[in-house]
Amino acid sequence: MNMFWENVRLALTSLRTNKSRTFLTMLGIIIGIAAVIAIKTVGNSLSLSVSDSMQSMGANNITVYLNSKEADKDETEDGYVFGTVTNDRALTKDDLFNDEMIMGMFRQFSDSIAAISTQAEVETTTVKKGTNSKSLSISGVSLGYFTANSLEFVSGGFFSADEAKDGRNVIIVGTDFVDSLYGGNYAGIIGETVSMPLYNKNMDFVVVGVYKYQASIYTMNSSSSAYIPLKAAQSITHFDRYTTFSVVSKVGVDSDELAVSIKDYLNGFYRNSNRLEVETYNMASMISGMNDMMGKITTAVSVIAGIALLVGGIGVMNIMLVSITERTREIGTRKALGATNGYIRMQFIIEAVVICIIGGTIGILTGLLMGAIGAKILGFAAAPSVSSIVGSLAFSMFIGIFFGYYPANKAAKMNPIDALRYE
Amino acid sequence: MSEGANTVISLKNIIKRFYIGTPNELQILNGITLDVHEGEFVSIVGQSGSGKSTLMNLIGLLDRPTEGEYHIDGLDTASASDNDLSYIRNQQIGFVFQTYNLVPKTDALKNVELPMLYAGVSRKERTQRALELLELVDMGDRTKHLPEELSGGQKQRVAIARAMANDPAIILADEPTGALDSKTGRAVMDLFHKLNKEQGKTILLITHSNELAEETDRIITIKDGYITGERKGSGCVPTPSETVSESEVTEA
Repeated sequence: MNMFWENVRLALTSLRTNKSRTFLTMLGIIIGIAAVIAIKTVGNSLSLSVSDSMQSMGANNITVYLNSKEADKDETEDGYVFGTVTNDRALTKDDLFNDEMIMGMFRQFSDSIAAISTQAEVETTTVKKGTNSKSLSISGVSLGYFTANSLEFVSGGFFSADEAKDGRNVIIVGTDFVDSLYGGNYAGIIGETVSMPLYNKNMDFVVVGVYKYQASIYTMNSSSSAYIPLKAAQSITHFDRYTTFSVVSKVGVDSDELAVSIKDYLNGFYRNSNRLEVETYNMASMISGMNDMMGKITTAVSVIAGIALLVGGIGVMNIMLVSITERTREIGTRKALGATNGYIRMQFIIEAVVICIIGGTIGILTGLLMGAIGAKILGFAAAPSVSSIVGSLAFSMFIGIFFGYYPANKAAKMNPIDALRYE
Repeated sequence: MSEGANTVISLKNIIKRFYIGTPNELQILNGITLDVHEGEFVSIVGQSGSGKSTLMNLIGLLDRPTEGEYHIDGLDTASASDNDLSYIRNQQIGFVFQTYNLVPKTDALKNVELPMLYAGVSRKERTQRALELLELVDMGDRTKHLPEELSGGQKQRVAIARAMANDPAIILADEPTGALDSKTGRAVMDLFHKLNKEQGKTILLITHSNELAEETDRIITIKDGYITGERKGSGCVPTPSETVSESEVTEA
């Protein structure tokens, strides 16, 4: 230990006397380590932020939708680009999902399914109260909607099972609606009747719940979402088919597996269709896809960084060879004073390791800065990867030992008298 | 010193050849036999190229003889490993070089501590002893100076303090005053006398100056790799009126 710290001190002294040379030697290590740390920081930030949003969006949600088999074609004859069936105007009502299919599917997999969320858009309307008015976007939703989407209630709650089953005229509104028209009296509005024109008819709805409205970048217009029972919506629109719906899997069920089963089951209805097929996506598979991509980028960057580190390591070896040649007489003197070969070897290996660790540390700091900037540009919170920092330090040390060994051994094997006489 | 004292250095028929690629071989030492006793102050005098430095390197275990036997303190050096030799150099021998050979970028104190570091002495003890030694050679006020900030005489005094670090029995001094002016050379010689008389160190002094050799107990003359003469010297510092000849300073 005595000698170890003495050697570290010695190495620092020798590096200080050759500052610019030392820095240039370190550059390869700095670039290599910085690249790895930067990409790891961005990757880590990305997956953390994705898993955050996964939790808020519901990791167990599986979205089922109809996809055009012709989607591979970039365009139709009239030049209209489409991917999903919603853009295909020529489809008929009979092509879409109906309640029978969905119920059949539910019965088949009832052990795995916690809820099914079906939704029907009615229309956007305007509610007037005195001189004020507020735009409301009305959707009919099944009870499962509230399982699939986490709505926070300020007062009241969901529709009752009876209200949903009978399709009664009840409504759930957002706090922003209450703020605009009812002076923020969230408790007082429960049980009140709200009138609005829908499909050119004036209709009354009784407020049963107020959910907490959360502004998001996806809210393009100023209309507030309001929810009525699916049955009520269907009796207004006279349309009971769906192009998409969501399934919430039970806790402990593998969403990926369930998604495949659902897809296979529902595709049974579309076996003879040459236009449509059923597709699903879920958060879990999206995340694993994203992680796969990140993994590939990380591998590519690591290969480049590995080359930089190799070149850096050779640079360290080169400078160590120069250093021992310059200090041949010093090595001879040390041997005359009783330094063993092992001690001389250790002295120069430690010097190489010190260069690499300083280079590695600068690289880590640079990489963290670059990663933080990168994450900010992409809009994520920067999350440094601790394992890659520890790994980088260990790897710097390894480079120092590996590339320092040959020069150090050369110094150790010098004949003392030849070294002393060296001019 | 008296004849009854222990023999610390014993050379028997030492031959040293250098191979500069066959068939060229250069025989520098042609069978040297020499005994040095504990507490003796011996000088080895010879012209440049006489083989005296080669002999010194063999005695200092910096090199091995081609033939012959060398015992140091009773130990046969032929069977010693490189690490054994490092240990003996560290513990038994103190080197003083003509070119000082202080480790650059390292202050006087750290230079003196160096042999103790290799001996595994604790930091605290090292520093304390190094300070005492620097005080002994009258360099107590320059412990934090780097070698490049010291004059030749000062550097040599630091080197002598360093040679004394592990309290070795033998001090090998290879032309220690060769690069110094006569006044500082005198001070260095006085220091050797002091170490010899007061601490009983065995000192081997290599020099080409007969005046300096006269001050030692025994003078050995070497020429063309042979010992050509051996006689007793005064063994003491010349009286202040006698000045050291300028010939000492030539041929650095």
